[in-house]
Amino acid sequence: MNIQPPVKVFKRKAKPRTLADQNKNMENQELEERFQEKVDAELKIEPKDWMPEKYRKTLVRQISQHAHSEVVGMLPEGNWIGRAPSLKRKAILLAKVQDEAGHGLYLYSAAETLGTTREKTVEDLLSGKAKYSSIFNYPTLTWADIGAVGWLVDGAAIMNQVMLCRTSYGPYARAMVRICKEESFHQRQGYEIMSVLSKGTPEQLEMAQDALNRWWWPSLMMFGPSDAESPNSAASMKWKIKRQSNDELRQIFIDRTVQQAEVIGLTIPDPDLKWNEEAKKYAWGTIDWTEFNNVVAGNGPCNKERLVARNKAHDEGAWVREAAMAYAAKKAKQKAA
Amino acid sequence: MSENPNNWPLWEVFIQSKRGLDHKHVGSLHAPDARLAIENARDVYTRRQEGNSIWVVPANAISASQPDDAEMFFDPADDKTYRHPTFYSIPEGAKYI
Ligand SMILES: [Fe+2]
Ligand SMILES: [Fe+2]
Ligand SMILES: [Fe+2]
Repeated sequence: MNIQPPVKVFKRKAKPRTLADQNKNMENQELEERFQEKVDAELKIEPKDWMPEKYRKTLVRQISQHAHSEVVGMLPEGNWIGRAPSLKRKAILLAKVQDEAGHGLYLYSAAETLGTTREKTVEDLLSGKAKYSSIFNYPTLTWADIGAVGWLVDGAAIMNQVMLCRTSYGPYARAMVRICKEESFHQRQGYEIMSVLSKGTPEQLEMAQDALNRWWWPSLMMFGPSDAESPNSAASMKWKIKRQSNDELRQIFIDRTVQQAEVIGLTIPDPDLKWNEEAKKYAWGTIDWTEFNNVVAGNGPCNKERLVARNKAHDEGAWVREAAMAYAAKKAKQKAA
Repeated sequence: MSENPNNWPLWEVFIQSKRGLDHKHVGSLHAPDARLAIENARDVYTRRQEGNSIWVVPANAISASQPDDAEMFFDPADDKTYRHPTFYSIPEGAKYI
């Protein structure tokens, strides 16, 4: 990895004109060096610590995108709560979706420690300005998709989230520890659904395979662009926001998931997939990044539907928020009287 | 807060023992304002390097659940064992899950 020392970054900026400017820049440079020393020494950065503006901005973007993903992620699964095949599966799916709502909340709160407001963050999601994980712009067509989402989508998210338990920003890391603990049943319930279906009727097996076929590649895209194409990666690694590269995490995910697929008799939809004995890892095909970019740009199968659903839920919840405020005001008035 | 101006308000004290860990409740103390509450908390609760950061919160700003409500509040979680990973049966041989 080629990381520029902070000094160089400074030299590229316009020359300071006044002595005051110059002092300010020296001060910033010193602060930035001290900040980096802390990060290098594996000390967590806390909300009241000085931090480079770009570090703060990167975190606000990443944490709020992460929060939005948890929230929008409820929609594809929510689609099947009313049609779950048994009361048991329904209770499980409800519990999972409920967890995701909680994860959104933990993350919105972590973002707020960086000086953002909840209103603004939510507004950015509702207006379509903010991004969330592209995976949630794919539809859940059959019950097997609920299995595939838990196994693959939560599985991929967990890889990333386990890494983020060690991220350099304290409130983010602590939120992640809590989230990871709760995630642990999400992937297993998904895998169990797939396992049960693949031992079922030929139709059920076919349904499981079809879900895997549709979710496999989008799940691999969840890790983000290849390291070489990922412009923010170097800075995030230097600041230890990220601790492992996109490609590294993706490879571990593939190696683990292929084995799990074999156990339940499903086939990974990649003709180039081949075990490399020397490297002790799988060689695999190529991701269609055109599709990825297309979905990110808003043209995925469900982008519009998701935003409409979020806005509808927000609008239809307005009276609840208003009623709660009115009740609180009334109580406060009674207390004062 | 008390009507008597000489009665200092009560503050609940939270200490973060190490960078990166949560702030944990350690106790409370009386102080006339937040600044002195923090200084006093330093003297009372961190004399042996227990602390890296201190939060003080006016005690009357804390709302708590009622002990009598505990059953009604927390029992509903008892029969939801499916919230735990051990609830699920994973086929033999599957790894890392
Ligand atoms: Fe998630
Ligand atoms: Fe989650
Ligand atoms: Fe999850």
